[in-house]
Amino acid sequence: MAKITFPPMGHYSPAFATLLRELGHEVILPNPPTKETLSLGTLYGPEFACLPLKICLGSYVESLERGAEVIVTSGGVGPCRAGLYGTVQREILKSLGYRFEMIVLEPPRRHPLELLKALHRLDAFRRAPWQLVNTAFKTWEMIKALDRLERELHRIRPREAEKGSAEAVYKRGCRAIGAQDTVAGIRKAAEEALADMRRVPLDPSCDPIKIGIVGEIYVLLEPAANLKIEKTLGELGAEVDRSIFLTGWTRENVVREGDNQTAREAAYPYLCEMIGGHGQDTVGHTVMYARQGYDGVIQLAPFTCIPEIVAKGVLPSVSRDLDIPIISFFLDEQTGEAGFRTRLEAFVDLLVRRREQRRLAG
Amino acid sequence: MYFRVNATRGYLGLDVGSVSTNVVVIAEDGTPLTTVYLRTRGEPIRAVQEGLRRARQDLPEGFTVLGVGATGSARQLGGVIVGADVVKNEITAHAVAASELVPGVQTVLEIGGQDSKIIIIRDGVIADFAMNTVCAAGTGSFLDQQAGRLGIPIEELGEIALKSKTPVRIAGRCTVFAESDMVHKQQLGYRQEDIVYGLCQALVRNYLNNVGRGKPINPIVVFQGGVAANAGIRRAFEEALGTEVIVPRYFDCMGALGSAMLAREEMERRRRQGQDTTTAFRGFSGSELDYKASSFECHHCPNRCEIIEISCDGEVLARWGGRCPRWDAVSKDQKSLTLAVK
Repeated sequence: MAKITFPPMGHYSPAFATLLRELGHEVILPNPPTKETLSLGTLYGPEFACLPLKICLGSYVESLERGAEVIVTSGGVGPCRAGLYGTVQREILKSLGYRFEMIVLEPPRRHPLELLKALHRLDAFRRAPWQLVNTAFKTWEMIKALDRLERELHRIRPREAEKGSAEAVYKRGCRAIGAQDTVAGIRKAAEEALADMRRVPLDPSCDPIKIGIVGEIYVLLEPAANLKIEKTLGELGAEVDRSIFLTGWTRENVVREGDNQTAREAAYPYLCEMIGGHGQDTVGHTVMYARQGYDGVIQLAPFTCIPEIVAKGVLPSVSRDLDIPIISFFLDEQTGEAGFRTRLEAFVDLLVRRREQRRLAG
Repeated sequence: MYFRVNATRGYLGLDVGSVSTNVVVIAEDGTPLTTVYLRTRGEPIRAVQEGLRRARQDLPEGFTVLGVGATGSARQLGGVIVGADVVKNEITAHAVAASELVPGVQTVLEIGGQDSKIIIIRDGVIADFAMNTVCAAGTGSFLDQQAGRLGIPIEELGEIALKSKTPVRIAGRCTVFAESDMVHKQQLGYRQEDIVYGLCQALVRNYLNNVGRGKPINPIVVFQGGVAANAGIRRAFEEALGTEVIVPRYFDCMGALGSAMLAREEMERRRRQGQDTTTAFRGFSGSELDYKASSFECHHCPNRCEIIEISCDGEVLARWGGRCPRWDAVSKDQKSLTLAVK
């Protein structure tokens, strides 16, 4: 039994919290990252480290100040640096004088044993792995429910008659799903929230363009890292599909019947090497969006992220071959949103005009 | 500048940028009637009011403004003060103006004071664009600074550069490197014009490597923005691209010109769709009103947003700067403003 915290990552906090509570811990929920969080992260983090390290580091400081004794975070398999961030952050926080334990969960496919060991260590009751199946299942169900609701939000937001109404339903739904502690309860709350979302009054004249978002997982999932790009785009009248959700539910659903292709296979003609991080997925998802007739693609990446820099170098040929506009954003500690918004506005304008022209041409 | 007297109605375009503020008024057929170029000098409200005052002097008595467009990094602020019908980003505005003035244009190179962009146009529509992101090394401020260091007025930089026969290679990646390179080459005794042209080439190299990376630069190529006044940069572009580079007549106020054209387009759309075509323009007398911009820090959450508040004669016109909508609404009028900004 320990006071435990974890990195902030989009809307997944309730799911991670459920998992840790079931393992017998008191959870210190990370606060949604603010400017203050980022200031702490840049103050203590290495200057050239990327935004995800800084946001998480700042958040850990905040949670440790609120009494956290254990931090659980994810590992990685490289060559992306993020695989080492747990260790780097642990050492930085230790040198700041905090006393805590850091538990790093490695990805299940590459390091199944390490993951099981870490989970076993995390379990306050020291149960056997098979006794945790139900807990794992419940967590998974919650993540799936949250993802489904967010996808629906992305679909409804550009079409809503009154600005902000879909977002309000979404927030209520997330709270309801997060409050459940049975699988049946989660499913019921999710169905209710989805039904509410479908009742949001729509503007019938609205004809949104479709934009796919690709890039590095953390800046995709954490709105504090991407200046709430999905909200901005939704309000500019664009329907957004994000290539990465934790469930990977996307992959099954993005792929059309008879097209059993993964992002990696789609990327193959352009980038045949696994270059670390999500570089190959970025290219692959872009190819897939283009084939599915999306109007445009936006790449999001942390500043100095090597896998994404490589992917950016490859994207112009994808854009040329498949005739789809692509724009890249490298995100750092900028808090001035004006320049970001200018580019997004111009990109949406470009896509709308391009679609009009194509429709005229038949 | 003042061009024609016989038009009595037209559209006004406003471009409030970090370095310059421009006002352009066009006639209904799109002909520019007057263009005003001012330095913003960190005071966008004053610059906009001064711009309106000068534009009015150039126009005939009783001139009717049918619609107003605003663009530039302070487009939101400028739009509120003037009363804009359409508020659009500068990329769209620049592309619209270039397509109108140079039919068949495929590439727009734009270098302003703090930013630089490339716009790829196909069949009159933007097909792709890029803007400088993390660094302002390839922009007007860089040239301004280096001209100052060489003791040459910025207006003469281009003429001097054109005299060069054997340009010197200057590092253009970063202002710090460029400066030390220039000092070093001066001390070695290279001629001033060769150093200046080397600087122009460095800027062009930086631009093509950063902003223009991976973009198909096809003719017709148009070069606009304040830096297009520099003939040395134009020549360096022509050499690097191996094609003619056109600098349009109104190169330094293309944003304002484009936003006037966008205002015309918007009003035509409203007319077609049977909507109200009354302009939101507050009138030229707006230049006499007392607008105030103030800011305060919101303490409702740790984001500590800095909220900007624009008021006129004690009445709050608009607020922005928040990450949540807490401070956005001020009145019914405000709602229509938010829609216009979108």
